[in-house]
Amino acid sequence: MNWRKIRIIAWKDILEVRQNKSVLISMVMVPLIIMVVLPAVMLVVVNTTGSADALNDPDIQMMFERIPPSIAQMLGDLNDAQLSVAMILGFLFAPMFLIMPLMLSSSIAAESFAGERERKTLEALLYTAATDTELFIGKALAAFVPAVLVSLVSFIIYTVVLNVGGYPIFGYVWFPLDTWYPLVFWVMPAFSALGVGATVLISAKVQTFMGAYQASGSLVILVLGLVVGQASGLIYLSVWVGLVLGFVVWLAAGVLFFMAIQQFNRKTLLYQSAH
Amino acid sequence: MGKIIEVARLQHKYGDFQAIQDLSFDVQQGEVFGLLGPNGAGKTTTVRLLNGMFEASGGSISVMGFDPMKSGEKIREKSGVLTETPALYERLTARQNLRFFGVLAGMDDQQIERRSHELLEMFDLSHRADDRAGTFSKGMKQRLALSRAWLTNPKLLFLDEPTSGLDPEAAAQVRELIADVRQKEGTTVLICTHNLDEAQRLCDRLLIMRQGSTLAMGTLPELRKLVSPGMWLEVQLLSPFEKMDQIRTITGVLSLDVHSSQSVKIEVESEATIPQIVSGLVALGALILRLQPQEIPLEQVYLQLQNNNHKGHNGGAK
Repeated sequence: MNWRKIRIIAWKDILEVRQNKSVLISMVMVPLIIMVVLPAVMLVVVNTTGSADALNDPDIQMMFERIPPSIAQMLGDLNDAQLSVAMILGFLFAPMFLIMPLMLSSSIAAESFAGERERKTLEALLYTAATDTELFIGKALAAFVPAVLVSLVSFIIYTVVLNVGGYPIFGYVWFPLDTWYPLVFWVMPAFSALGVGATVLISAKVQTFMGAYQASGSLVILVLGLVVGQASGLIYLSVWVGLVLGFVVWLAAGVLFFMAIQQFNRKTLLYQSAH
Repeated sequence: MGKIIEVARLQHKYGDFQAIQDLSFDVQQGEVFGLLGPNGAGKTTTVRLLNGMFEASGGSISVMGFDPMKSGEKIREKSGVLTETPALYERLTARQNLRFFGVLAGMDDQQIERRSHELLEMFDLSHRADDRAGTFSKGMKQRLALSRAWLTNPKLLFLDEPTSGLDPEAAAQVRELIADVRQKEGTTVLICTHNLDEAQRLCDRLLIMRQGSTLAMGTLPELRKLVSPGMWLEVQLLSPFEKMDQIRTITGVLSLDVHSSQSVKIEVESEATIPQIVSGLVALGALILRLQPQEIPLEQVYLQLQNNNHKGHNGGAK
């Protein structure tokens, strides 16, 4: 396997992505809204009103009732305002963070795999001396690496926003909570890989970038499931749950990658673009 | 001069459809070989098989000594391909496009830089080297795609419809460039086309395909012989000539095509018989105004061969 070839394939795809406005907008807007705007609004409201009204919300109440002892211990010393911020931005928001790797990886992968066919550049690429594996890895990395990097940067920004905006409420650096570490360093990359694997498979069936992107967007249901699971107290993203969840998602991503590699060969790709 | 491509009894199926059937040909080093045929004749499939993109379901192929089914990568590394569409990355500059394909072909950075400079100059694109390919005209895109195909100094070049979709001026320019660069670099070229004028201008030998198999193969004079064994003379007479039928009696005349009492086309055995024909005409009392040997254009050869084959498939000629 030639890593120089893999690097140039990834470089080319990233260069192209940087010039695709729809992908670029999603790379900037999604993190901005989820990781900056929403938490900032919440912090401003709590700061200005000093209110902990959110704690009276039935969903939050249900979360409290079913909170596992380890997390209860973590939150034990907090006052009502601190508790409302920690519950909403520290726990309820945690699955929302996973939307980013999914959306980013699938939008770049759609651009890279389906976009190549849509722009009729696929055949010339297949006539090069790169092996099927080098082409696949280069393209998969072009989607995976930026998704992980943007998610990591977003996490850093989120940490800054929560600590700066939350300082008047907490008086100390309170974030990240321990539960975020497996989420950021284990579950988030797994979700990025899942987004790439699913989009590669979908790209084989659809002819356009938008088609692949929209179909892979349905993966967001997984994240919504986690949000509902946490809100209903059914599942908590504790450290252990994070580790297990990451393992399951990595496994699923592995299966999808295996299937995608099987169908990523010149013959199949040429047949697909001909029909 | 050795054979750079050898194909014997090649077969290929798309599902139940027999795309290539019993196709055999070879290409000599340094020649320009044309694959002609209507859409769906199997030209592009043949190129894909030669590059190891598809697996043959029968027969054998050797390209530069490699079997494409086992060493497709090596063939793709040593050859250049121009696909039917320029297939350029339009958001990348001309130079970035060449760099991308250079690395994939295994060239080092210095080689890529030197060769890109040389080719951009040769194909008159130096002034736009750092502009995005998407801003280029169709002709410029095709020239850039040709630079890409020639990037690795390939021994063998596959050109699939190189002037398709270009205006006459751009097409002529591209044809000229292909002829020039090919001569400078000594590249063997295999061209797929249904542009017969282009094939006649560029190709040393031709393979006419129909429904995945060989209809005819050879140099243009050899193909001409298949539809018309002799050569044609166009004769213009000064005054009306009443004894047209007697021209058949002149030794060396094969057939006649009388246009009017002053104009006739005569098929003769060979160039060597022309003086004899002229004497015969004079002896018959014909006043010759002009006599011009005529070569059958490839288009006529092609259409007649396709037509004969079609009639053959439909129960033979009337």
